Amino acid sequence: MDNQAYQNMELLRFTTAGSVDDGKSTLIGRLLYDSKSIHQDQYEAIEASSLRKGETEVNLALLTDGLKAEREQGITIDVAYRYFSTPRRKFIIADTPGHIQYTRNMVTGASTANVALILVDARNGVVEQTRRHAIIASLLQIPHLVICINKMDLVDYGEEVYETIKEDFSSFSSKLDINDLTFIPISALKGDNVVDKSMRMDWYGGTTLMYYLENVHISSDHNFIDPRFPVQYVVRPNTDDFHDYRGYAGRVAGGVMKKGDRVVVLPSGFTSTIKKIDTYDGEIEHAHPPMSVTMLLEDEIDVSRGDMIVRENNQPEVTQDLELMVCWFNEKALQLKGKYRILHTTQEARCIVKEVRYRLDINTLHRDMEDKNIEMNEIARIVIRTTKPLFADAYRKNRITGSVILVDEGTNETVAAGMVI
Amino acid sequence: MNYHLNHLKELEAESIFILREVAAQFENPVLMFSGGKDSILMVYLAQKAFYPGRIPFPLLHVDTGHNFPETIEFRDRLVERIGARLIVGSVQTAIDTGMVTEEKGYNASRNGLQTAVLLDELEKGKFDAALGGARRDEEKARAKERFFSHRDEFGQWDPKNQRPELWNLFNGKKQFGEHFRVFPISNWTELDVWQYLAMEKVELPSLYFAHERKCFWRDGVLLADTPVIPRKPEEKVQDMMVRCRTIGDMTCTGVFPSKATTVEGIIEEVATTRITERGGRADDKRSETAMEDRKKQGYF
Repeated sequence: MDNQAYQNMELLRFTTAGSVDDGKSTLIGRLLYDSKSIHQDQYEAIEASSLRKGETEVNLALLTDGLKAEREQGITIDVAYRYFSTPRRKFIIADTPGHIQYTRNMVTGASTANVALILVDARNGVVEQTRRHAIIASLLQIPHLVICINKMDLVDYGEEVYETIKEDFSSFSSKLDINDLTFIPISALKGDNVVDKSMRMDWYGGTTLMYYLENVHISSDHNFIDPRFPVQYVVRPNTDDFHDYRGYAGRVAGGVMKKGDRVVVLPSGFTSTIKKIDTYDGEIEHAHPPMSVTMLLEDEIDVSRGDMIVRENNQPEVTQDLELMVCWFNEKALQLKGKYRILHTTQEARCIVKEVRYRLDINTLHRDMEDKNIEMNEIARIVIRTTKPLFADAYRKNRITGSVILVDEGTNETVAAGMVI
Repeated sequence: MNYHLNHLKELEAESIFILREVAAQFENPVLMFSGGKDSILMVYLAQKAFYPGRIPFPLLHVDTGHNFPETIEFRDRLVERIGARLIVGSVQTAIDTGMVTEEKGYNASRNGLQTAVLLDELEKGKFDAALGGARRDEEKARAKERFFSHRDEFGQWDPKNQRPELWNLFNGKKQFGEHFRVFPISNWTELDVWQYLAMEKVELPSLYFAHERKCFWRDGVLLADTPVIPRKPEEKVQDMMVRCRTIGDMTCTGVFPSKATTVEGIIEEVATTRITERGGRADDKRSETAMEDRKKQGYF
């Protein structure tokens, strides 16, 4: 890489989901290894470990081995983050286990992903777990979905196997909300179509997985349409140089905000004009997601953390009544009429669960209106009322202003993730 | 119009967001400062986050008494320049007062003693959030660390009981007596850190650049020759051009033969190097799960 080329690299976050057997760890190991993100001491460690276990080849899957507790039990208990980069992009993998009891981990990994990577074992085709992963990817509105049909080496690299799985999945996924769907036949073990194009699948005209990850169009994954600026922190230096400075620090959650824009501050409803968009590196003309900036307004109005600066002619819904799709995270089941703390952008309130509309079966999409008991790892549509108005958009429109978490008031644990409908 | 941020600017925006979240959600945060490049980066990002105001929390340095003199000089200059408040927790004092017991032998290190002093300082200062410069790419136990890492009243980390983190929503709620460790640069890799420091032209301690130093080999790690590490008879000192990849206590920070005298030189070296950063840390070599075990006890 020449000296300054890294200043043009982009960041892509993707999530991988799969079970112990479908080759997910091998695939991640392969991506790390082939992109030369593995260091000699790491490689020697897994080489020694492979030998100890009596394996003939170096087991790349061992690269993603986690904690002692997990190694002892041979399972993955949590989301692990992995990193690699190529000259074009830096990648963050949220590596999550695929079993049903880990739905909450998948949801967590999916919440910030640009791309979801789902592995299908070519010998088994589309199974319950594949459907579950796809449903979660669609619920969490991951912009791009890739189905890697793995272990092609075990089905003689047959085109028919690939086509059948592709058809199966497509007929199922037509019921889902998926915008961008790609299928890639691979062998993570042998390296086919992961980084290098396979010589054994001439019939496949598409790209390798790495090429896909390096080139998939992600610059429209943020909302650049609806300006939203949740105020995070008020900067008041009170120094001689900056005596009257009052800046509203935050991260742009949507749209493009420019100096001179007419804005309204929620919930007060006061209007003003953006006087300056400030950063440590100097004033800038406009700000957009996911930038962290400091906003200064022309008028002296009372603005504090939890307020939201928006455009006069483009405002979120200001409401105390919200319909949410929630994924339940806690061992203690959802309590109907129960009260929880709710975190939304930089706002915080309390809420009561007024109604459970239905429980969603994440294997079949069936809406269960009878059994509305919502346990850990289950997904449900609920209605809540908050103690004060939130400034929310539909999750479909904006993943930042459309998402909430619920917190147990006794234990302080995060008990649910919610998406505004 | 192009609304594109490069990966370094996106990481910067994320870290600034976390730093501001800590200032907003906690009453009494503190930034753990080791003198290494990661904590220098943290201080730099904190300056950005609260500009033009000062950093609204103090820096805490746990000094083992075995630091490279360059580290301490650099620390003091930095603190003065940015007008920050510095708290120093002294391992030497803790040994002198009998709070901790010093290890003996050739591989004695005060690294483990830092944990007790750190926890003591956090308690004394009634800090409810301690910001650290740990990264998830450093070590496998850290790959599962949260941005907001919840610790019980003993400062312990329970890997099975961490709060899920989604979107931009960070739950810093806690019971009385509990606190959080917060890691704003979790998503940065070693290479990202160097690229960013180069892009932003951030000043760094001289130890990171190749310099002549008396060194010797022990267990495959090159160590600086200093009075605080007793040498075995067969360990021979030689003059070498070396630099540090991490900066910590002299007893466990390895140095590397290097010719990199500029940040760009370091980037090239990091991009092509074959050993991980912590490969030179004797403290991690003690066992396969050394880091996981230390984390559970409250280290970082």
